[in-house]
Amino acid sequence: MELSVSNLTCARGGLPLLEGVSFRLRAGEALVLRAPNGAGKTTLLRTIAGLQPPLEGEVSCPPEQITYAAHADGLKATLTVRENLGFWASIHGQTGVEAAINRMNLASLADRQAQHLSAGQKRRLGLARLLVTGRWLWILDEPTVSLDTASVALFGGVVREHLAQGGAALMATHIDLGIPEAAMLDLGPFKARIPADLGFDGAFL
Amino acid sequence: MIALLVRDLKLAFRAGGGFGLGLGFFLILTVLVPLGVGPDASTLGLIAPGILWIGALLASLLSLDRLFALDFEDGSLDLLATSPIPLEAVVAIKALAHWLTTGVPLALAAPVLAILLNLPVAGYGMLVASLALGTPALSMIGAFGAALTVGLKRGGLLLSLLVLPLYVPTLVFGAQAVTRAAAGFDPVTPLLLMSGITAASVALLPFAAAFALRINLR
Repeated sequence: MELSVSNLTCARGGLPLLEGVSFRLRAGEALVLRAPNGAGKTTLLRTIAGLQPPLEGEVSCPPEQITYAAHADGLKATLTVRENLGFWASIHGQTGVEAAINRMNLASLADRQAQHLSAGQKRRLGLARLLVTGRWLWILDEPTVSLDTASVALFGGVVREHLAQGGAALMATHIDLGIPEAAMLDLGPFKARIPADLGFDGAFL
Repeated sequence: MIALLVRDLKLAFRAGGGFGLGLGFFLILTVLVPLGVGPDASTLGLIAPGILWIGALLASLLSLDRLFALDFEDGSLDLLATSPIPLEAVVAIKALAHWLTTGVPLALAAPVLAILLNLPVAGYGMLVASLALGTPALSMIGAFGAALTVGLKRGGLLLSLLVLPLYVPTLVFGAQAVTRAAAGFDPVTPLLLMSGITAASVALLPFAAAFALRINLR
């Protein structure tokens, strides 16, 4: 299994942000995207995850093999940790909720409602969802936000296990997750040139 | 898909879930109308089918703006869109959950509240039947409107403006069926027309709503 992105141009709000992005990701590999704020990392990740169509170019990996962990964790405040995770597991036709709870160090919180968790605990629960999707490629958008040092190391370990089992991870992060085998990709060279002629709307405004 | 239905029902029944909102509104309306109109039994009996149907329609409109907005805000909608369940099924299931928590209780409570409005006895059966067959259309059309307005802050007003005109045929035929039954005429024709609208919206609108959702997720 392989993700290959070729000559991808992606836009946000109709304005191209990145163009000509090409890379390959094979089983067992991780790629970290590096770029300043607003450069289009999230837009690129959402395009690869199939949530928005690219302006140009191709993503070879079908969306059925990708799971996406966004800034928002997709948690329901009035459901417990176990119910939240159980929901995503059954949506993906998977089991292993208890294992995921234990792996992300949430066992003591399993019967607590998500609204009573701290920001870091919510994040851990959001990331535990990755373990019950059974998907090959993890797309991670700033996965370490509000995690403490120990939890960052814990999650780094989880990602390495996923890679060792033949998975792959594509992530945008500003801090080191402790994954030495991860390759870096600087998005700077792919910055889209703003076309001089923005068309009628641009001229009109 | 059953997991999504169970989750939505669970969320509706837990604190702040909004179950009972529509029912409460329906109750208040039917209690207030006799107070406003006056106690004349024949006037009340005449307007009862219309009032009950308008009440049911506005009650099901109340909880619509939360249908996708909550999932959109907490990121669940992104994750559902990348999940193995097709977005069309997500829309249909969420509309079904809305109907089970709004339409079904309304249809069941309507005969009790119809006593307050002095609906002629002959109309009771048709009142329950028409609400049971008509409210699925209200939920499904509403889900389409909610999908169109999902990204908007305070989209409730726009949602009402979009959805209410689409509710008109269901309202006209539904209230007409009850009126005819109450007056001792044959109510089958308006009931069939209304059921046709329900069948068409349930068959077609999940696709339209899923399309609108995909555009709003971009």
